[in-house]
Amino acid sequence: MDMADEIAGRFPSAKIDYVRPRRIKVTVPTDKIKVVALYIRDVLGFDHLNVVGGTDYIQQKEFEVIYFVGSISIPGQQDLVVQLAERVKRDDSPKVPSLTDVWGGAEYHERETFEMLGIVFEGHPDLRRLLLPEDWNDIPPLRKDYISPGR
Amino acid sequence: MSTAFEYSPDADRIMSVSLGPQHPGAGHFRIRLWLDGDLVVRADPDPGYVHRGEEKMSEYRNYIQNVPHLERPVILDSSGILFAYSLAVDQLMNNKIPPRAEYLRVIMAELNRIISHEYYLGILGLFVGQTTMITWMMGDRDLFIDLGARIAGARVTFAYIIPGGVRNDMPQGIEVQAFETLDWFDKRMDEYEKMFFRNPLWEERSRGVGVLTREDAIKLGTTGTVLRASGVAHDIRKAEPYSVYPEFDFAVASLKEGDTWARAYVALEEMRESVKILRQAFKNIPPGPVRLKLGPQPRVPAGEVYARTEAAHGEMSYFIVSDGSPKPYRLKLGVPSFKNLPAIRHLLKGLHIADIPPVYWGLNYWPVEADH
Repeated sequence: MDMADEIAGRFPSAKIDYVRPRRIKVTVPTDKIKVVALYIRDVLGFDHLNVVGGTDYIQQKEFEVIYFVGSISIPGQQDLVVQLAERVKRDDSPKVPSLTDVWGGAEYHERETFEMLGIVFEGHPDLRRLLLPEDWNDIPPLRKDYISPGR
Repeated sequence: MSTAFEYSPDADRIMSVSLGPQHPGAGHFRIRLWLDGDLVVRADPDPGYVHRGEEKMSEYRNYIQNVPHLERPVILDSSGILFAYSLAVDQLMNNKIPPRAEYLRVIMAELNRIISHEYYLGILGLFVGQTTMITWMMGDRDLFIDLGARIAGARVTFAYIIPGGVRNDMPQGIEVQAFETLDWFDKRMDEYEKMFFRNPLWEERSRGVGVLTREDAIKLGTTGTVLRASGVAHDIRKAEPYSVYPEFDFAVASLKEGDTWARAYVALEEMRESVKILRQAFKNIPPGPVRLKLGPQPRVPAGEVYARTEAAHGEMSYFIVSDGSPKPYRLKLGVPSFKNLPAIRHLLKGLHIADIPPVYWGLNYWPVEADH
């Protein structure tokens, strides 16, 4: 797909993981993600943030944060979803830049990822816990080394 | 209204009030409000009172065991949430779904859309003081629950759409009951329009209240009726057609106003379109098998998938990472109500207290779904 080539040509550090029908996954280094995100939003026209996900790859000692972005304003590419991913080392304080100023809708999604995986989003306007009980006193529950009670 | 008062130390004028989490309308959802008189200066939605850890639970169960608990966040739209899940697993496993099963999936999803919208409009009516609306809507909603129950065998929690097809075929001759219900409902919706949507009192409480502009709707990442009422005709059924939706003739309801009235009217129009789809589906449904034999513990190849559908509340999406084992390695649920959360904070600011219920419920927000 030309869109994937466009991103790869523009940003040599971006790695195209796969191109499938209607889906493109791009992994970029954490220090480049904001530039690539702005490019995807402003030049390619992906203006609607669908969801932000995070995965704990415990064996590779890495976290993945992934933004799913769709396009609304540009006809013809409304079926496409760009999956913008970044990998961060699984150490004591994983930090990634917040993309709330690129896609305003990211705010609550990033808060959720922060509390579920313990990844800090730097520059987030209001990084507080969201869904868990206020007295939650354990490691973030979606990490793979957290075992649910009774399991 | 269950409230807790506390006076802010810095400014005597500003009072902080907690709306919920046991407010009968808010339903397990709290909004912290900062008020100046009866004007909202700041609102901070605080979800999480019904968080169940669906995503973590999914990692302990195999792909078939995940079906019943995944529909629990939105029992009023149980097929909507399972449709997206089944679509994602089918894509991972490369399943070729039999055509009859695709039709049954669409039938059930559209029945659930009507069931969900009826509930939404009923409660909205209650919130603007129109109690006739909730009695009508709840009564009419039961006709569709009955239809769904005859097809799926269970009431409300249908657990009908599963990876590989649907759980069972529909009973013979159900078309008669279906067409009867749809014909009656078509006329009934015209009554809704006259009785509620063109009712001066109802209009006064909802027109121009909580206006969300097109730019903000896109920027805040809203979805579903909220997005479409703000002038964006974006519906996944049309934008990224899945299942057999391309075979049906229907339109995407959309309005420009962006207020509570428009959001409710879009829901009414969507029910009209759902009736259209249901008529075509019951008429054209092909014969054949309704599910693939996957076994109780299907093997799912390693890989990732992101699938999305248009559920009743909006765009429902699943991101599943499989490592080749019978259980998902990671399952990320992207639920529409959670996506509409930023709009609550945005819209409540500057409102009068009396306008909070219609605006809040007008956003079609379902706390259990948002907390997943």
